[in-house]
Amino acid sequence: MTIPWLTFLGLVPLVGAVTLLLPVKELARVLGMFFAVITAVVGIVVTTLYVGGAALAEQVPWIQAFGAWWALGLNGMSVLMVILTVLLTPMVLLAEWKLPNAGRWSPQVFVALVLFLESLSLFTFMADDVLLFYLFFEATLIPMYFLIGGFGGEARAAAALKFLLFSLAGGLVMLVSVVGLGVVSTELSGTPTYLLSELAKLPIGTDLGRWLMIGFLVAFIVKAPMVPLHTWLPTTAEQATPGTSVLLVGILDKIGTFGMIKFCLGLFPEASLWVAPVMVILALISIIYGAVAAIGSSNLLRLVAYTSISHFGFMVLGIYTFTTVGVSGSIFYMLNHGFSTAALFLVIGFLISRRGSALVSDFGGVQKVAPVLAGVFLMAGLSGLALPGMSSFVSEFMVMAGAWSRQPWPAAVAALGTVLAAVYILLMYQRTMTGPVTEAASTHFTSDLNAREKWVAAPLLAIILLLGFVPGIALDVINPTAAATISHVGAPDPVAPFGEEGK
Amino acid sequence: MNITAPTFEWLELAPVLIVLTAAILGVIIEAAVARPYRMVSQVGLMVVSLVAALAMLIDNFMNQRTGTLVVASMVLDGPAYLAWAALLVFGLLSLLLFAERRLANGATAFAASAAAVPGSLPESEAAVARHEHTEVFPLALFSLSGMLVFAAANDLITAFVALEVMSLPLYLLSAMSRRRRLLSQEAALKYFLLGALSSAFFLFGIALVYGFSGSFGFREIAASISDPVYGRGLLYTGMAFLAIGLLFKIGAVPFHNWVPDVYVGAPTPVTAFMAICTKLAAVMAVLRVFFVALGGERWTWQPLLATIAVLTMVIGVVIAVAQTDIKRLLAYSSISHAGFILVAVVGASVGTAAGASSSVASIVFYLTAYGFATIASFAAVTMVRDAAGEVHSIAGWSGLGRRNPFLASVVALAMLSFAGIPLTGGFIGKWAVFTAAWHGGFAWLVIVAIVASVVAAYVYFKVIIAMFFGEPVAGVEVGRASAFTLVPLVVGAAATLYLGLFPGQLLDLATAVGTFLR
Repeated sequence: MTIPWLTFLGLVPLVGAVTLLLPVKELARVLGMFFAVITAVVGIVVTTLYVGGAALAEQVPWIQAFGAWWALGLNGMSVLMVILTVLLTPMVLLAEWKLPNAGRWSPQVFVALVLFLESLSLFTFMADDVLLFYLFFEATLIPMYFLIGGFGGEARAAAALKFLLFSLAGGLVMLVSVVGLGVVSTELSGTPTYLLSELAKLPIGTDLGRWLMIGFLVAFIVKAPMVPLHTWLPTTAEQATPGTSVLLVGILDKIGTFGMIKFCLGLFPEASLWVAPVMVILALISIIYGAVAAIGSSNLLRLVAYTSISHFGFMVLGIYTFTTVGVSGSIFYMLNHGFSTAALFLVIGFLISRRGSALVSDFGGVQKVAPVLAGVFLMAGLSGLALPGMSSFVSEFMVMAGAWSRQPWPAAVAALGTVLAAVYILLMYQRTMTGPVTEAASTHFTSDLNAREKWVAAPLLAIILLLGFVPGIALDVINPTAAATISHVGAPDPVAPFGEEGK
Repeated sequence: MNITAPTFEWLELAPVLIVLTAAILGVIIEAAVARPYRMVSQVGLMVVSLVAALAMLIDNFMNQRTGTLVVASMVLDGPAYLAWAALLVFGLLSLLLFAERRLANGATAFAASAAAVPGSLPESEAAVARHEHTEVFPLALFSLSGMLVFAAANDLITAFVALEVMSLPLYLLSAMSRRRRLLSQEAALKYFLLGALSSAFFLFGIALVYGFSGSFGFREIAASISDPVYGRGLLYTGMAFLAIGLLFKIGAVPFHNWVPDVYVGAPTPVTAFMAICTKLAAVMAVLRVFFVALGGERWTWQPLLATIAVLTMVIGVVIAVAQTDIKRLLAYSSISHAGFILVAVVGASVGTAAGASSSVASIVFYLTAYGFATIASFAAVTMVRDAAGEVHSIAGWSGLGRRNPFLASVVALAMLSFAGIPLTGGFIGKWAVFTAAWHGGFAWLVIVAIVASVVAAYVYFKVIIAMFFGEPVAGVEVGRASAFTLVPLVVGAAATLYLGLFPGQLLDLATAVGTFLR
């Protein structure tokens, strides 16, 4: 019998979460870390198997009456999302190790919710059945809602509700399309099916396809988050703990761009081409708006949230350029952004744990008293602004190249976003870290990074540099999937994608 | 004139007869058994009879005994089996709540002496003597037997008689609250007056439909619709009146006004019984009357019911937003759920040979998921108490998550199911009824329903916010309940989760047997 690796991978953190329901109190953190590490190991095994060419698809009937399957599978995109999830989760647990007991909720609950969320996200990324995907996609809201509402700032309950209502509204719009797909599959093929591979073969009519695609797209736009449906993110990131924000922005929001590629492009190629001009404009607006709003933010957590909105704009731009290099860049960006945002949020978490505030104005001159912390912060920031040598640079360049080969003007506007990125990152660094040592810095920053914090930061920065210098390891996995997506959509690459045309 | 003697299919009827017999035995127990032993005998009789009825039902199902019963006045088909099974299970679970005495220091939720004027000397004497109202068990069993017949009725007269057998005991039960008795009696009076009015409408409808078709039988009515002798004016008027009677029972707008008052006034165990079992039986009757008897007129009633479905969902959830009382919130939520069920009724999808969603199968699933979440929430309502009894204000539930994480988690699970969040039965139910409606050509109704779902989510999360993110209120405690409350609570929660993760079995079963015998 073959081992159902994918189910196993998703179940490990779930078992961990259930185990934490026991009154383990002080052991909770260790136990949670244990399960997170085991998950990471299984995740790495699964990735190796995938890269080695093993067929990992699993299919068991789930609700036969409705043609829904327990169908899990991997492609070049989902395997990277899996690796991102399993690597970030233990880092988040480690970073939030000292989560104060002061709130109403014990750290044990935090750890259990993180593991529950990890399990649901893994299944979301692996689901090859639309209903199954929807189920896990919506279910991730439950632990995330409690993570935001249970741990963090004063107004966290309101932020949690805002997050929930936005996500739920988006998700329910998608439900219309999910229901519609089931009905359409029955009408077109005689038997209902939700299996992605079966659905992709259906000859869905143009108008209906467009409507159904819009249903999916709205949910993913909310999730991604793109302007104008982004307003929940800054509020949420400001109130949640940095660790929660990493999970939210680094992992969960990726479902938005992930879904655009897997479901919008995969199921409705014609409709996706049709909607592309709108999406490109929305992406450009997100890039510029996010960057400008980040420059104007006075709160570090909010600032990073806005930079993410800008970065998600790049990812969406890459998808809707319909070029192999653009889609590849976009998928690679999803991975890089996960790590670089995690680095930024977690370092800011270290700052907050010392200073007790996330306001930019409460810092200044930290560089002199906590040089290691400042160094890590700078590295994370440079990764955020996509400095060459950092992994984000490669993906951002690929997205721009894709955009340029399709049409030069979106690339030109997006380039403005990269300039603004330099502004918000360097301004942030300058305001918080450089300058004369302020009283706040000298009283609060008596300790530099401790061993635990270094263990959080070091692997993240190592990954960022590794992917920056050797992007091939990820791109080799991504490229076949991106090429397959583009050929499925039926939009052949423009000739000479790297700027040779126009002579 | 030639009158043939009716034949009785005893085996097939056994589940109903067992419940009815138990109800009559219960009356005899009230008369013959000494007061200290009544409670235990009544509860024992109730549990034994319902389990026996369920066993008999399963035996019938295994032996595939189907067909029309008692000269085609009732019909035992797939939907009837499902409805009976659900009614017996939910009847048992909610009647267990009736027997809880540990929460209120050895007293049930029912008045010691319902006949005594509130605040009078006889009342306090009865209370001091620790009298108990054990008549509630036979009353509830009578009502349950009426529900069983109602859900399987195959002609309008049987439906009407069953409706009354089901309703009359409920009017009494609603009036018997131990605390807040005036409120309880007012609720009962309101319920009775409006219920009687709706019955009158129903009866009038029967007369008109009889005038049109010359028969009470659903099959004959359906036949006369496809081959009418008289003009359709009688039919349309009759149909509207039948609809009023039935929609009243499921609490659909604009016939919903009694629901919040009665839910709040009635003792909580009775509310649970009504919220689940009455709704279940009434929805099955709606399906039979509209699908079997009036199926040929569906182009006429679909727009009407679609309008009512929209009103019911929207008004249900919008008013629920403003509620500060948990029982009222559950009442408006129950109204909105009636709306979601009507969405599938309107679709009137018969499904396909491949087994795609039929309206009946999806509604059975929806009602089951709703029932389990409802029984768990009402069991929880009986457990949250302060010195004056149950605490119904949502503000009073604040901080419950800290005080009793287990109970709060169960309530949260039920709320997630009501809101239709995945991993709970409520999600699969919603998705199933939406699919059925879309299949029936009512995609626009699905979109309205989804909008209502977003608002509904806010309502349910309000409760979750209060429980988990609020500060605990002094004096509010979670009572130590006995198994009579804990069993419904745990079963409700476990089943909600089970139906969310493994809905296949019930859906497949409902799809396989979900066709009406005509």
